[in-house]
Amino acid sequence: MSEEANEPIEVLRLPVELEYQYTAGESASRFLRAIKRGKLLGQRCPVDGRVYFPTRGCCPQHGVPMADDGSVELPDVGTLVTYSIVRIPSENIPLDLPYVTIQVLLDGADTVMMHVLGECALEDVHMGMRLKAKWKPEEEWESSVGNILYFVPQDEPDAPYDSYKEHI
Amino acid sequence: MAELCGVIGIGQTQYAAKRQELSMPGLLREAAERALEDADCTWADIDAVVIGKAPDMFEGVMMPELFLNDAIGGAYKPMLRVHTAGSVGGSTAIVAASLVQSGIHDRVLTVAYEKQSESNATWALTISMPFSVATVAGAGGYFAPLVRGYIRRSGAPEDTGIRVAVKDRQNALKNPLAHLQLEDISFDMVADSPMLWDPIRYLETCPSSDGACAMVMAKESIATDSTRPAAWIHATEMRSEPTMFSGRDQVMPRATLDNAASLYKKAGIQNPRSEIDCAEIYVPFSWFEPMWMEGMLFAPINEGWKMTYEGSTALDGDLPVNMSGGVLSSNPIGASGMIRFAEAALQVRGMAGEHQIDGARKALGHAYGGGSQYFSTWIVDNRKP
Repeated sequence: MSEEANEPIEVLRLPVELEYQYTAGESASRFLRAIKRGKLLGQRCPVDGRVYFPTRGCCPQHGVPMADDGSVELPDVGTLVTYSIVRIPSENIPLDLPYVTIQVLLDGADTVMMHVLGECALEDVHMGMRLKAKWKPEEEWESSVGNILYFVPQDEPDAPYDSYKEHI
Repeated sequence: MAELCGVIGIGQTQYAAKRQELSMPGLLREAAERALEDADCTWADIDAVVIGKAPDMFEGVMMPELFLNDAIGGAYKPMLRVHTAGSVGGSTAIVAASLVQSGIHDRVLTVAYEKQSESNATWALTISMPFSVATVAGAGGYFAPLVRGYIRRSGAPEDTGIRVAVKDRQNALKNPLAHLQLEDISFDMVADSPMLWDPIRYLETCPSSDGACAMVMAKESIATDSTRPAAWIHATEMRSEPTMFSGRDQVMPRATLDNAASLYKKAGIQNPRSEIDCAEIYVPFSWFEPMWMEGMLFAPINEGWKMTYEGSTALDGDLPVNMSGGVLSSNPIGASGMIRFAEAALQVRGMAGEHQIDGARKALGHAYGGGSQYFSTWIVDNRKP
């Protein structure tokens, strides 16, 4: 018997798996169907007119359903609001280290989305950068924000801090 | 409030990366029995139990309170479970206090815990949904962009976080229960540690700990005659807000500012900086000390870092913060908020040992959680309200 076999067992790893059937609901389904066609759909709050992206069908601030006719198509360009360079792995994130996690404010949206930055040297990353989405090939599109692989820097001047500071 | 409520017993486990010699109930029992001993009572004296922990997905044991209450000694007693993410230890203490303050129970035992060695919190916090891309590696990945936002708006010197990390680890050396005991902690050691989630370094981050914290709370007639001095609860407050809404200030959420203003009003405090003797604040990443100095109205907006920088929050400063070493030195997530509340109570009872602040009479316990969206706080005092 090997020496290892005599070691007391203190921890057993016993992974369990739960598979969920997820029903997105009317509003989120509209959002997910749109992104399958490469379209980014936000929704306007009927109370203050602010555009939520992504949207879940109701306004978390005012507690009301988003307007029925409030869908707003957004461009795939925006501003880097804040970010972190991540150097620690997580089992369920399939990205090579280091990577840059970002909060992006799409032009015309009033909420940020989380995504990753690509094609940018780490020392060049900064707040206010102008970004554009890099999409997967069209034949691979599915009902997921993952259709956008990452955002890439645009060759244009930074957005002024005052234009996005309320979103941090 | 029908009744005054006093904390008459406090029990904490040894905090460590792995308490593998103890089962999950064993961990809670270690804290609960120490709290009962401090309160000079037994399970027979306890009317109800309030249990808190962070999300069940961490250990993968769903609704563990159902078996834990029986397993630790609370069989057949009424039991409540509290859920408010990382702030849960604080909220759990507040729920327990409310059961006494409302006149429902005479003596309540509350306990909060996490057994991180049996869990994978980073995995559990990295959720993949079709609306979003999984890019946030654990809590650090979520909070690092907010810390960057704070540095940008406040203009704080970039080494502020390093100074907090050194101070809290030095304090932990005076607390034998603290998980991290870094004898050779220094500015350079923190500065040279790897950048995990830029701008947060490894040593500016809390550890993963196993541990539990318990308190016995009692109504006025019992607490007045308790064997050891009581910490009287002068005020409690909880506030929350949605994780995301347009224009939400993620760095300085309205919920923290409202929570602080309401807490001090209830406690009759006009000037928190001068009236509060010391504070245990939930600081899982070093930069949250200056941020919550502002969030708890101890410093003007964008100036919290000056308190750290000038040494105000050190043990010999005018407002010592995290005398016990704080979350940066011990982080059994679900218990971490209750430890802050309990350590505040220990200070005003004069029972904090080597990290006692001389003459502390009024102290603040603070916890926050979720995406900086749940806040729970209390003010304890060695005088009745």
